[in-house]
This record gives sequence, C-alpha cells and structure tokens, in this order.
Amino acid sequence: MNFELTEEQLMIKQAARDYAQRELIQDVTERDEKAIFPEKHIKNLAELGFMGMMVDPEYGGSGMDTISYVLAMEELSKVDASVSVIMSVNNSLVCYGLSRFGNEDQKQKYLTPLAKGEVIGAFLLSEPEAGSDATHQNTTADEKDDHYVLNGTKNWITSADSASTYIVIAQTYPEKKHRGINAFIVEKDSPGISLGPHEDKMGMRSSDTHSVMFTDVVVPKENRIGEDGFGFKFAMMILEAGRIGIASQALGLASGAMERAAAYAKERKTFGTEIANHQAIAFKLADMAVKIENARNLCLKAAWLKDNHKPITVASAMAKQYAADIAMEVTTEAVQIHGGYGYVKEYHVERLMREAKLTQIYEGTSEIQKIVISRDVLKE
Amino acid sequence: MKILVLISNVPDTTTKIRFTGDNTSFDDAGVQWIINPWDELALTRAMELKEAGGIEKITVANVGEKATEPTLRKALAVGADDAIRIDAPAKDAFYVASQLAEIAVGYDLILAGIEASDYNGNAVGGMLAEILDYNSVSAVSGINIEGDKFIVNREIDGGSQVLNITGPLVAIVQKGIAKEPRIPAMRGIMMARKKPLNVANPIEANERTQFVNFELPPPKAACKMIDEENAKEIIKLLHEEAKVL
Repeated sequence: MNFELTEEQLMIKQAARDYAQRELIQDVTERDEKAIFPEKHIKNLAELGFMGMMVDPEYGGSGMDTISYVLAMEELSKVDASVSVIMSVNNSLVCYGLSRFGNEDQKQKYLTPLAKGEVIGAFLLSEPEAGSDATHQNTTADEKDDHYVLNGTKNWITSADSASTYIVIAQTYPEKKHRGINAFIVEKDSPGISLGPHEDKMGMRSSDTHSVMFTDVVVPKENRIGEDGFGFKFAMMILEAGRIGIASQALGLASGAMERAAAYAKERKTFGTEIANHQAIAFKLADMAVKIENARNLCLKAAWLKDNHKPITVASAMAKQYAADIAMEVTTEAVQIHGGYGYVKEYHVERLMREAKLTQIYEGTSEIQKIVISRDVLKE
Repeated sequence: MKILVLISNVPDTTTKIRFTGDNTSFDDAGVQWIINPWDELALTRAMELKEAGGIEKITVANVGEKATEPTLRKALAVGADDAIRIDAPAKDAFYVASQLAEIAVGYDLILAGIEASDYNGNAVGGMLAEILDYNSVSAVSGINIEGDKFIVNREIDGGSQVLNITGPLVAIVQKGIAKEPRIPAMRGIMMARKKPLNVANPIEANERTQFVNFELPPPKAACKMIDEENAKEIIKLLHEEAKVL
C-alpha cells in the first residue's frame, strides 16, 4: 500500500491552495453576504484546468486522476465552498456523466466546452416531490417523432442560472417506473425553460440555486444519453462518483476550520497563556485532527477505487456520510474555540459552519448514505 | 533571444527553523521546499516577456542535488522551456556562481532574484556577472526589451532610474519586477515531465565561506498593553525601555 502522493498530485494540491489562499479569500465574505456568483474565479479556475479535471485532454480536459480532484476540492473548500460546489457539479456530475456515457457527437458538442470551463453545467434530478427518492420522477419526457417534449419542475439546482448546459432526468414511460427514466442534455436557452427565484440560502450563498420549470421544452432525440430507459441507472452511477466530490468538499470545510482554530488558539490568550495551552482547547483540536484524517483517508480510498475502476458505491457513501457529519462537528467546534469572535463574519468559521450543513443534505443526505452502507452490511 | 532564470531551492517561508550538528547546519528534516520567491517573480517576468514575443526560450537553472528537481519541475510547470541542474550541493555564493557561469554562456538575459530567502546572501547574481564579465544591474524593478537593448528600471533613493543597456545582461531583480507569481495550470503540470531537465556535472571550484555557527534570534518580547488614559506611561516606556525617545 502506498500513501505517497506523486509530484504532479502535490503540485495540483499546491496550485489549488495558492489560488484559494491568495485569490478566493479576498472577496469570499462579500460574495457570501451579497450572494454574488464568483464569475471571475470560475473563469480563472477554468484557465488553470480545474473545471474539467478528470476529462480526457482530447475533449478539453486536464486528464487528471480522482486523487488529484480530491486534493484540489479540499484546498479550495477550505476557503470557499460556493466555488467548490460549482466546480464539483461541473466536474463530477456533468463532465463525468458525459465523459463516461455520452456518445462522440455529444462529447464534441457539449463535453468539450464544459471541460474547458468555457461554459458550466448543471445536473437536474431533484424535484419538489423527489429528492432522495429519485425513482419517482414527475418531470416527463414524451417521445414525439425525432424529439422529446419535457414538462415538469426541478428543484434545488446548483448553477441553474449561470449554467449553459443542463443534464435533466425525466420520466418517459411512467408504467415502467424507474426503468422508464431517461437522461437528456438540454440547452438552458431552449424555449419553455423558466427559472424560479434565486434561493436565499443559509450557506454556499455565492453559488446560485433555483428551481427550473419545463413547459413543452423540445429536446432533440440525439440529446438522450445512452439507451432508452437508461436515465435512472445513469443518475445513480453519476451520483455515486459525485459523492467523492462533496465528501472532499466537506473534508476541506473541516480542515479549513481546524487550520483557523489552531492558528487562533496559538494567538488568543486567557488566564495568562495562549488558549492552545489549555487542555480543553488542545483536546478539541486533537479530536478534530483525528476526524479529519479519517475523512481524508475515506475520500482518497474512494478516489483510488474509482481510478482503478473498482466498485465505489459503498466507499463513496462512507466518505460522504462521514466527511459531511464530521465537517458539521469540526466547524461547530471551531466556532466554539473562537468564542465570540467565531460568531462574527470576520473570522470565517461561522460561514464554514453554515456551509458544512449543506454537505449533510445535498447529493444524498447522510441518512441516504447510511441506507446504502447498511444495505451492504446486511446483504446476503 | 534566450533568457536564463536562476532558481534557488529554498525552505517554504513558513518553515520553523532549527539547526543541527551543534548549530553548524540547518536541519532540513520535514522541510517543504519551494522556488525562492524572488526567483519565482523573475520567472513570471520572463514568461511575460516571452508572451510579448521575440523570446526563443526560457531556461531555468540551479545548483543542487537530485532532491531539488521537484523545484525545477515546478518552474517547468509554470512555463520554462527547459531546465539545467548542476549536480552539487549549493555550498556558498562563489561556488554557486562559478558553477552557473559554466552553463550561462549563450543567454542574452540572465535573471536572478535579489536574494535567496534561506541565507539572504544577495551575492550570486553579481558574482556571476563578474565571472562572465557581463553587464549587470542590481535592484531591478522593471525590465523591457527594445530591439537588442534592455530598458531597465531600478529603484534608487527617493526615486527611480531608467537604464538602457546592451546584453548580455545579468539583471538582479526585486519587488515590482512582476505582480505575483503564477500558479501552474494543469496542462503545464502534465507537460513538465516531458520537458528536458538536463543534469550537468559540477566543475572544480573553491568554497570561500564556511558556516561557523547559527543562532536563532531572541524570542519577541510580549506586547505591552497600556490604558488609553495613561499616556504618560507610554512616554516613560518609550524613553526608558525602548529608548527611542
């Protein structure tokens, strides 16, 4: 077993760290407060190769492995989880979905600009009545001659307004239940698409989230991904890989909060000494460090399995459930170590805590991950 | 036109400094190594000049053992075209300059950071120019190329100086030479392994310095807080303790 990172992986980690600590940090608080989309940063990160990290260079990607992706996600998320969620959706849901299951024409037309980061993508699965329960899709895709007609509503869509390319999951044959579901590439400016208002979120406020309404939206047949009825399987396979991205995001929120808490504990004095010298604080930091190390190992293991084409269902569910839950614990404790200062925006940890909450909810709640994990434990 | 950028392999600037061997050498256990920040800015400026056109190639070079190669490969990832490593420990400034003089011939512009952030020697660039008998300018905060001339901006006391110099030139660069170091793009990181990193044998050269002893600076005195009503106390402390009044 080799735990050593390659020189390239270390360079990517450092590049992500440099960008986060030098650039993202500058306007992260203002973007959070005013819910401003990080347009400049997404453009810069695209130029550095972060928007299509794992896509084959033939289609405009960087050709990196999933380990590198975990390292980059952690470093960027230490500072700004809004930027990293936009990156994660683009990389591990949209680009990955098209890389793995798109045909040659779809890759040329849609994947290449997405991987280069010239445009960004959104993944439309959740519905008002179906989030975790993805088998019940009320959005319909009726087959007509050479096209499909989409009707319905999708909820909680990350980058709904800023994305140009949507991947939409919809029901074609309701009687076949989840075997009648299809996945489509839909251009956002297609007639009949309208957006709900910008969601006013607790955290990740610099990423735009909307509901998306489809009214008789015409989608050419060649935009269906895979065989007829492949949509549910497609969504499940993409989501289980996507969990590695969100797990790494949660990991970054936790390790970013610990870095800040440790630095603060070495500066802040009470009772005549730095608070790091009080065991109550030092032990909190020790607990954080162990949790973070565990989460990191789970993320890297899941990434390694994916890079080696081995099953990742359970590994990615474990990584996401654990990393998200400890991100909530660690960020909360980081606020506690900061005391009153932790509760004001200047010290960043309150924002990391707000952002950590979402990692337990989106791309499969912690409870859904536990269903996946427990089914594996209990299987005959 | 060809540019050579001299690269020092130095400990990360946040490294906790310790010494070993009875305080006679730097303890490099667990140290993370980086491109000397001034050299990184020099490389950035070299890249900008290349992008403006007329530069055939950028070479980076250092004197160091194999362990310093990741630092050179980072420079290749940022955008240098090839690298030369002179296979010897960087003993002292004269030794390093003597080695570099062997490979520096043929370059029109040689950029050296004003000092390396490890020993702050501030000597290699000047020595190299002397050995090669090239023009050299220190404290360079801007450089441009006009035809076969270099237009060099230099900070002087109370203002700045503009010089018009013929090459080959050793420019010893400082703050202002480039805005900030570049972050390598992934394409560059992947290409770095395919770019040539040539290893040259060292020549015989004398060391002229010997490190006798290192000492850490005394710990910073604690900050004294004084009540805002108590102005007299500040004056007393500034006078009697700090002795600045």
